[in-house]
Amino acid sequence: MIEIENVHKSFGNLKVLKGIDLTVAKGEVLTVIGGSGSGKSTLLTCINGLEPIDSGRILVDGIEVHAKSTDLNKLRQKIGIVFQQWNAFPHLTVLENVMLAQVKVLKRSKAQAEAEAAKQLNHVGLGDKLKVYPSRLSGGQQQRMAIARALAMSPDYMLFDEVTSALDPQLVGEVLDTLRMLASEGMTMICVTHEMKFAREVSDRVAFFHQGIMAEIAAPEQLFDAPKDPELQKFLAATH
Amino acid sequence: MFNYNFRWNQALSSLPQMLEGALVTMEIAILSMAIGIGVAILLTLFRLSGNRILSAIATTWVEIARNTPALFQIYMVHFGLGGFGVHLSPYLSLLIGIAFNNAGYLTENFRGALKAIPDTQTRAARSLGMTPIQAFQNVIMPQMLRISFLPMTNQMVWAILMTSLGAVVAMNTDLYGVTSDLNARSFRTFELFAIAAVIFYVITKVITISARLLAARLFRY
Repeated sequence: MIEIENVHKSFGNLKVLKGIDLTVAKGEVLTVIGGSGSGKSTLLTCINGLEPIDSGRILVDGIEVHAKSTDLNKLRQKIGIVFQQWNAFPHLTVLENVMLAQVKVLKRSKAQAEAEAAKQLNHVGLGDKLKVYPSRLSGGQQQRMAIARALAMSPDYMLFDEVTSALDPQLVGEVLDTLRMLASEGMTMICVTHEMKFAREVSDRVAFFHQGIMAEIAAPEQLFDAPKDPELQKFLAATH
Repeated sequence: MFNYNFRWNQALSSLPQMLEGALVTMEIAILSMAIGIGVAILLTLFRLSGNRILSAIATTWVEIARNTPALFQIYMVHFGLGGFGVHLSPYLSLLIGIAFNNAGYLTENFRGALKAIPDTQTRAARSLGMTPIQAFQNVIMPQMLRISFLPMTNQMVWAILMTSLGAVVAMNTDLYGVTSDLNARSFRTFELFAIAAVIFYVITKVITISARLLAARLFRY
């Protein structure tokens, strides 16, 4: 379970998160929508401790992320994150990309790591690309590789930060299909996205962020069909 | 004027000694590069550490290595340290002096290479649970070395040529030293130094060509 309690976060004078309260249960798929600068991506980087917070707290399975005593490297093994920019490691083959952290962080044997990497790459449809370098892959393929790389760490939670935003339109579908597949397999996921159709389809709940505040959170039918918050109404009107 | 008689045969009879000197020259260049790369990686980590003192050490090293004559650097290792009672052999003084110079230039090359690697690479590695050191070692450093491979080749060529500065510390087993000694005995100056120059040229050419071949094999991505 991820528990976010009254989290505030600013970059210099800019307040990005102004008191967020949110709980994500095991197996839940939560999507977060909102305009740029609404704080939704920042929230994800705070959840896995890549960004410090000003006040409040975030608990992952009862462990406080920003407590001094928390071993973040260990905690991050539980929480996979995939970014808008996929960041393939260019000097490693697709297979080695997915093996690296398994060997270095989880101390798995090479054989074990390779088997797991091949399994995850097959899972996201890259079984025939194991030996090639990322530069030979399309953006969509690289993004699926990044997803496999995160999944290979056997995380309990997956965070997706606008993973389709940097892709050519015709490549968005394959990545969304991968996310759909994960959702149907019961992975606990928080997806920050601009894909409204996708949000409506896969989410258990959808949260709308506006200027650092979670303005509304509800089941997708309710949020999309009967939005209460006036900013959300404007946002939905503008995106359709 | 121009009544100099070329005696190539006499000079060429010294070729075996000169080739032995060439081996010493290559040995010093290779060792000084190995040390230089190791130290440059360390200095790069100092710079990335965020620690002011470590960062200042790295900056000072780079500034001195790049902005003073290599000859002074070698001279200081031998006679400067000698003043403090540290007496090093000409071989060691030359090796350390060149390694010092290499480390300074390579650290600067690495800095440029790091600029070409997006910050998000580190973030991706960290988000997979890697420590900062693991991220540097497995993700950043391999890319850094690849980007600075050709500048490193240049530095290697420079290291070969710098061995001739051993003259100031009375080094006499390297290619320059051997040639200089032979010259003192035979005065076949033009022939001897022409031969030495050709040997230097061949060594540096072999280095640049094999580096190019090596790069093609190493970096297939």
